[in-house]
Amino acid sequence: MNEKVPVIEMRDVTKIFPGVIANDHINLAVYEGEVLGLLGENGAGKSVLMSILYGLYQPTEGEIFVRGQPVAITEPKIAIEQGIGMVHQHFMLVPVFTVAENIVLGDEPRTNAGTLNTAEAVEEIKALSEKYNLEVDPYAKIEDISVGMSQRVEILKTMYRGARVLILDEPTAVLTPQEIRGLFKIMRTLTDQGVPVIFISHKLKELMEVCDRVTVIRRGKMIGDINIEDASPQILASMMVGRDVVLEVEKEPGQPKEVVLDVENIHAVGLNGLPVLNGVSFQVRAGEIVGIAGVAGNGQSELIEVITGLHKAKSGTVRLNNETITNHATKEIIHRGIATIPEDRHHRGLILDFSIADNGVLGSHDQPPFARWIRRVFAAVRTYADKFIHEFDVRTPNQEVLVKNLSGGNQQKVIIAREIGREPDLLIAAQPTRGVDVGAIEFIHKRIIEQRDAGKAVLLISNELDEVMGLSDRILVMFHGEIVGEIPAEEATEDELGLYMAGAKRNTPPSREGVTK
Amino acid sequence: MLVAGPFLQQLILPVGAIILALLVGAVFILAIGNNPITAYAALLQGAFGDVFSIGETLEAATPLIFTGLAVAFAFRAKLFNIGAEGQFLMGALAATWVGTNLALPSIIHIPLVLLTGIIVGGLWGGVAGLLKATRGVHEVISTIMLNFIAIFFIGYMVTGPMKEESALDIPQTARMAETAQLARIMPPSRLSTGIIIALVAAAFIWWLLWKTTVGYEVRAVGLNFFAAEFGGIKPNYNMFLAMLISGGLAGLGGAVIISGLFLRFQHGFEPGYGFTAIAVALVGGNNPPGVVLAALLFATLSQGALGMQNVAGVPQDIVLIIQALVIFFVAAPQIVRALPQWLARRREAAQAAAEGAQLEGGQA
Amino acid sequence: MDLLFSILTVSLFAATIRAATPLALAALGGIFSERSGIVNIALEGIMLIGAFFAMMISFYGSQFGLPPLVSALAGMVGAIVFGFLVSMIHAVVSIRFRADQVVSGVAINILALGLTGFLLQLIFNTSGNSPSVPNLAAMPIPFLANIPILGDIFFNQPPIVYLALLAVPISSFVLFRTPLGLRLRSVGEHPKAADTMGINVFSLRYLGVGLSGVLAGLAGAYLSIGQLNIFTEGMTNGRGFIALAAVIFGKWNPWGAFGACLLFGFADAIQISLQNAGVNIPSEFLLMLPYLLTLVALAGFIGRSRPPAAAGVPYEK
Repeated sequence: MNEKVPVIEMRDVTKIFPGVIANDHINLAVYEGEVLGLLGENGAGKSVLMSILYGLYQPTEGEIFVRGQPVAITEPKIAIEQGIGMVHQHFMLVPVFTVAENIVLGDEPRTNAGTLNTAEAVEEIKALSEKYNLEVDPYAKIEDISVGMSQRVEILKTMYRGARVLILDEPTAVLTPQEIRGLFKIMRTLTDQGVPVIFISHKLKELMEVCDRVTVIRRGKMIGDINIEDASPQILASMMVGRDVVLEVEKEPGQPKEVVLDVENIHAVGLNGLPVLNGVSFQVRAGEIVGIAGVAGNGQSELIEVITGLHKAKSGTVRLNNETITNHATKEIIHRGIATIPEDRHHRGLILDFSIADNGVLGSHDQPPFARWIRRVFAAVRTYADKFIHEFDVRTPNQEVLVKNLSGGNQQKVIIAREIGREPDLLIAAQPTRGVDVGAIEFIHKRIIEQRDAGKAVLLISNELDEVMGLSDRILVMFHGEIVGEIPAEEATEDELGLYMAGAKRNTPPSREGVTK
Repeated sequence: MLVAGPFLQQLILPVGAIILALLVGAVFILAIGNNPITAYAALLQGAFGDVFSIGETLEAATPLIFTGLAVAFAFRAKLFNIGAEGQFLMGALAATWVGTNLALPSIIHIPLVLLTGIIVGGLWGGVAGLLKATRGVHEVISTIMLNFIAIFFIGYMVTGPMKEESALDIPQTARMAETAQLARIMPPSRLSTGIIIALVAAAFIWWLLWKTTVGYEVRAVGLNFFAAEFGGIKPNYNMFLAMLISGGLAGLGGAVIISGLFLRFQHGFEPGYGFTAIAVALVGGNNPPGVVLAALLFATLSQGALGMQNVAGVPQDIVLIIQALVIFFVAAPQIVRALPQWLARRREAAQAAAEGAQLEGGQA
Repeated sequence: MDLLFSILTVSLFAATIRAATPLALAALGGIFSERSGIVNIALEGIMLIGAFFAMMISFYGSQFGLPPLVSALAGMVGAIVFGFLVSMIHAVVSIRFRADQVVSGVAINILALGLTGFLLQLIFNTSGNSPSVPNLAAMPIPFLANIPILGDIFFNQPPIVYLALLAVPISSFVLFRTPLGLRLRSVGEHPKAADTMGINVFSLRYLGVGLSGVLAGLAGAYLSIGQLNIFTEGMTNGRGFIALAAVIFGKWNPWGAFGACLLFGFADAIQISLQNAGVNIPSEFLLMLPYLLTLVALAGFIGRSRPPAAAGVPYEK
């Protein structure tokens, strides 16, 4: 690389939080016209680094240079002034405000009287929309628009403020493969117009496709910088993790037997009154892993909640081992033999202020041997906790430790230990390896396959196509609240699944209108 | 910092808050030209000066234990029971009715009186619980509304249907039957067996919270509604249950105070235990043993207040100010910690300045 | 029919406006606070503080020989100032120290009760009524007060009533038509989003709470030196909580809350009219009415009202 002045340079940036070094003397540089990938596992420090660049955190040490000039970015306002634009992983949009209000918030155009000049705002937005090919509806409320449009709104927010560098933090988690290609096109348009892009991701294939260079971070340290011509997914993976990584899951083909879960024509309505499940039908047999692929927000979460009795099904039937359980109480469904690894372990999975032991019996806490009538039997609780801590290798000094003090991977292990320990007939695993480091991912995948081999039925739901393709025996695709595709795993390709996920293809019959069970 | 076991560590915050509040109170006392030491001495004298006072203070603590337990238990389900006052009063009224209108042997009458208090108080709390569980009505508003409704309803009853037949026409109910009265255990003070009932209630609630599945579920719901639901617990039911139990505790307190202390219900009886209870629960860490201790503390404050006003000339409402301060300090522990931190920073700054001066002095 | 006419008089509606005034002012304050993300249960306590200091400063004003109107105005200003100061306690505890906002509100209510009782005893040596002080009684607006019916209802009232009637449209305008209002609301809905746009979450929240202190303080001034000329211990009598209910009724919208306050004011005012007309309902049931109505409305008739999404949650960077 010749001696061009980088648009942004971070030198020796260090950030120390109590007890943890999030960034350790990191060097990063972005040059004009390039897409720079920032790669690292969950928790490696990528988001912290970018938050420093955006002024949300202050570096403990180190400096930032914008076009060669040192700048102290003490708050987002300054970052914005310097032309740094950031699109966060979790959208920073006010749901009850309109698209226009969200875009101009903090930099509102005013009338002579000092009031909000909505007309001018809309005009400016329309102009930017056309220039960068980012289609939005300025008058729509954020809570009513699609995820794809929300992302475009976020990008427009940065363009409205004259961003000359764009940071995208894990933008593809919520997009179909086709939408991802669309985003990559937008990224190239931006770089052609002179706006370099920093693309933060842990998805190796995407980085390979769109980046010019990749900087790799591991455990807060910068491991290295590599040009895309010299890189490959394998090389990136081992840089990211520090050892050779098995990218494929090893398993024998499954031996499916009788039907354990039978979901028939389930219709359900979401919290806003709009239909969210539109006639879902499928079956899961003992001894097989059925994986449901799909972009987040097509009804997967609601499907799990309907099966487990947390969300009401308007019509249709759910049967477990031939017994109807539609809309029954969660407690009963758990005791009948369904265990679930929830997709958000802090929201659904754990009570953070309870001990490991108390979390370990959640769901069975009122049954023998853990309780007799309303009296809890602590000896049984303790023995059980000791057992699963050992078996699942949960790293903790003792079982009384509050679960909030465990790492993400260990927290997930507690949940998995608890759910598998119930010896369910059906195991539902939703995003089982989200936010978990690679070593634990292998462990979790192994246990899921173990369950299948032990004759359980496993329903896997994941936004990570690799995971679904690697673990499943049969793959279903969900789109707009329906199962639109069913493919044996050996035959599935990412491109084909992408078509199903985008609703462009289907191989299942259209669903019938609902009949109450 | 000394290394302290977990129980002691739990004590540090409330004790620190109390000391700090008393210090700030002392500043108020100084500001009006009185001597804090005399004032606080008068306070302690008023509360514990003789056997009579000790008995009275313990008797004053009794209703606070009940209402404190009520608020604390609801807090465990993450519910703010601001309605303990109304539940207490409704329980008291119902208990009065049973105590003045029925003639039964003591061994049945007293339990019946107490049971009535529990049930009516429980129902009054249950209304708020039901509204929350079924319609998502925030319990802070509903319990405040129910407090007012209770006060007006009781006002009507005591000046109307339940008013004592008497030539003097005083707006109060008849006196509780002898068989409905709790025994006095430390004459000449008015301390009754109510204190024992209160301690038994505290022990029961402790057992319920920590040793049973009921307590497990209530606490789970309070800590994480969604994870509890996921684990098969019914959060709405548990919130309703928590308000039932909470109201029942407050109602029991109401029954005890009529049966053991006042022996009749007078118009305008609004002792405010339900509000003090919030402070009691907070300072007690929402835990029954803590609640008992905190109730004792606040009873000491209120009993000593009159003494403070008469002997040391400090207006008795200062105990309300101290009470508010205690709540602030317990609710915002960082305030308590911020003071030593601020002092430390000033010391560091002073040191740095001194070193700077030394260097310059050396260079000159 | 005659009964109806004897009850629904001009003076009833005028009394409704008067009863609604302190509620509306406090409710507007509550809206600003909650819209910025800080739950404010302390409206009751701030009103009490406002009522006391309005009386006290008016008292001292007259002691110093100031003309009564000036004393009373000084009292009104005093109420606003002290209401603001007390609200700042809530603000600091909730924003800087991130304490639970309901708990802080409850503490302020207890503090207000204690402080006013303490000072009442200390300064005036009584625990009941203060001495009478100069007040801000009805000031008819020339010309407008002569309009039949409407003139008596709207333009023949104490000055604080006029302030309240102006405050409603002004608050609505500020909240929904100005950049400041947009930012204030953003901070109560999604403070993190606002923060990333360079908006200072903390100062806007201080502003929201400060406004609630100013408005609730003014509401308190009306209670002591607007409709009366004394301070009585605990004279707010739960109005701060009714104001809170009005905020929820009105879905955190100034006009909605004002409508609710009119309803409550009407219930309060009609209670006396009914008694005078000989309608034989025990007064307690009429007094109960606003609270019962609130409960019933909350239980479902106003639909699910959604508070600002981030209200009650302390913001951490």
